[in-house]
Amino acid sequence: MIDPSSSDFWPGLFHVLMVGTGQTLYMVSVALVITVLVGLPLGVVLVGTEPGGLFSAPFGSRRFGVVANRLLEFVVNLGRSVPFIILMVALIPFTRLVVGTFIGTTASIVPLTVVAIPFFARMVEIAIKEVDSGLVEAAESLGATRWQIVSKVLVPEALSPMILGMSTTVTSIINFSAMVGVVAGGGLGDVAVRFGYQRYSTIHMVAVIIIIFLLVMALQGFANWLARRFSHQGRVARSARTAASMRVQPAL
Amino acid sequence: MPTVISVRNISKTFPSAGGATHALSNVSLEVAPGEIFGVIGQSGAGKSTLIRAINLLERPDTGTVTVDGEELTALPADELRRARRKVGMVFQHFNLLEGRTVQGNVELGLEISGASRAERRSRSLEILDLVGLAHKAASFPAELSGGQKQRVGIARALVGRPKVLLSDEATSALDPETTRSILDLIKTINIELGLTVLLITHEMDVVKRVCDSAALLNGGRIQEQGSVVSLISTPGSQLAHDLFPLGEVPAHPGDTVIDVTFSGGTADRPVIAQLARTYCLDVSILGAAIQTIGGNQAGRTRLQLPGTPAVNDEAIRALRGQGMLVEIVGGHS
Ligand SMILES: Nc1ncnc2c1ncn2[C@@H]1O[C@H](COP(=O)(O)OP(=O)(O)O)[C@@H](O)[C@H]1O
Ligand SMILES: [Mg+2]
Repeated sequence: MIDPSSSDFWPGLFHVLMVGTGQTLYMVSVALVITVLVGLPLGVVLVGTEPGGLFSAPFGSRRFGVVANRLLEFVVNLGRSVPFIILMVALIPFTRLVVGTFIGTTASIVPLTVVAIPFFARMVEIAIKEVDSGLVEAAESLGATRWQIVSKVLVPEALSPMILGMSTTVTSIINFSAMVGVVAGGGLGDVAVRFGYQRYSTIHMVAVIIIIFLLVMALQGFANWLARRFSHQGRVARSARTAASMRVQPAL
Repeated sequence: MPTVISVRNISKTFPSAGGATHALSNVSLEVAPGEIFGVIGQSGAGKSTLIRAINLLERPDTGTVTVDGEELTALPADELRRARRKVGMVFQHFNLLEGRTVQGNVELGLEISGASRAERRSRSLEILDLVGLAHKAASFPAELSGGQKQRVGIARALVGRPKVLLSDEATSALDPETTRSILDLIKTINIELGLTVLLITHEMDVVKRVCDSAALLNGGRIQEQGSVVSLISTPGSQLAHDLFPLGEVPAHPGDTVIDVTFSGGTADRPVIAQLARTYCLDVSILGAAIQTIGGNQAGRTRLQLPGTPAVNDEAIRALRGQGMLVEIVGGHS
């Protein structure tokens, strides 16, 4: 039990929250960077390997394209449907292989990334599918290679909805990052568990909720602003609609 | 005859719900250098499939496509991409990148071909000036009117100095006045740059306004093709009929109804007055359609002559003798 009237309560609270917030930001930002680096190409390939897509016949083999597409679809669906708690435990051997341990803040990044990649890849897929096929055709008529079509047309034109998708992804990474507190992963979730739950400090609990709430609000505000900046069209409305349709939380 | 675009016997079949759609059946076309060639046909006739087959956005099942002496249908993928730069294309719905400025859109083709930054800048401004949009270089497509967007589309197609411009219903999304200004721009480009243009349309007015040659596409087959002037004087030409609509032939029992088509030199002679005077005929004019096509007056007049065709045989022969196309459309006994 913690005594709020003791002289070192407030400095202690402040310190604990600072450390927790720092750890959360660390986990979330590293996980986000990896998620984008892997999820963006994955999303592009998911769309591209569909029949009639840009990469529907990689290395000249239509069969290979179909197989690749089915396989990726399967992996993405699997990643999205396994509850995070189970995924976290199931990934322990993998995490140990990559980080050397499965406990602690850095180790938590592994399951966070694994859960976020399929989520983000799906949003990239949705965003890219919204790009008018006429634009691809225009680029093809100018002699564009497939890579040029991806880099000059598909990704830039899908940027606004992808940014909004990214903000939804970050929000869910933050959610999950709170859960890794349960396995001593550190971060704000850890603060809530150790102080709020185990030592009945309502003040800690409320503080954690407020900080997470502010983090999410700030992030989404920033993402909305960024998405608007990159959408030079009366298309903000459309991007917002896309994002709304994507705001489906993954299974916990 | 030299040709810039030569399409030989191409066919294209799409699988569809009830079997197969024969979008193109054995289509052949020859487009001469410097001309504006129009392909006209109704919706679903296969026009888009045809024009997309020329730069192989849609690969025909059979047949060959040759542009500027290079057989595109025989090229491997990477050489085809390079060859496509010789063929500019404009689209009905403009297909501009929303995230790029006007200038950025125009530069796209030059980025793709790997031109330097400086070259992209100067060339794109030069071509924007040509289409009259230099002052909008920094705007985004969402800030432009439909006509302005199509000018950007044209500039984007022209920036890489293509040999040929393909236009897929470039004016179909525009109002009549803007349509005219875009057609005039295409005509100007055709003359000033000597650029060969193949355009497709479902509107006869487009053919009338700018085309030197035309083809009629119907159900995936070419029904007629030729220079507009020669089509006009072809007996029974559907295109000529559509260019000069005279409507249904009224019933005039005992009288002869003829359609007289004249073009070039015969257009400005007082033909009907002469006819009436020479043969003492009570000529009635039932209808007339006159156009300036390719700089020439051309038209079609429907006349009613008293008496059966046999009675009027001499007069009809006299008209034909003056180089006019005379079709007897009513009065056969
Ligand atoms: N990609 C496609 N897949 C299936 N059918 C198609 C495809 N493209 C065109 N078609 C069919 O081919 C026919 C001709 O189409 P199109 O060339 O677009 O005609 P137009 O441009 O003259 O309106 C239509 O019946 C159309 O449904
Ligand atoms: Mg069409």
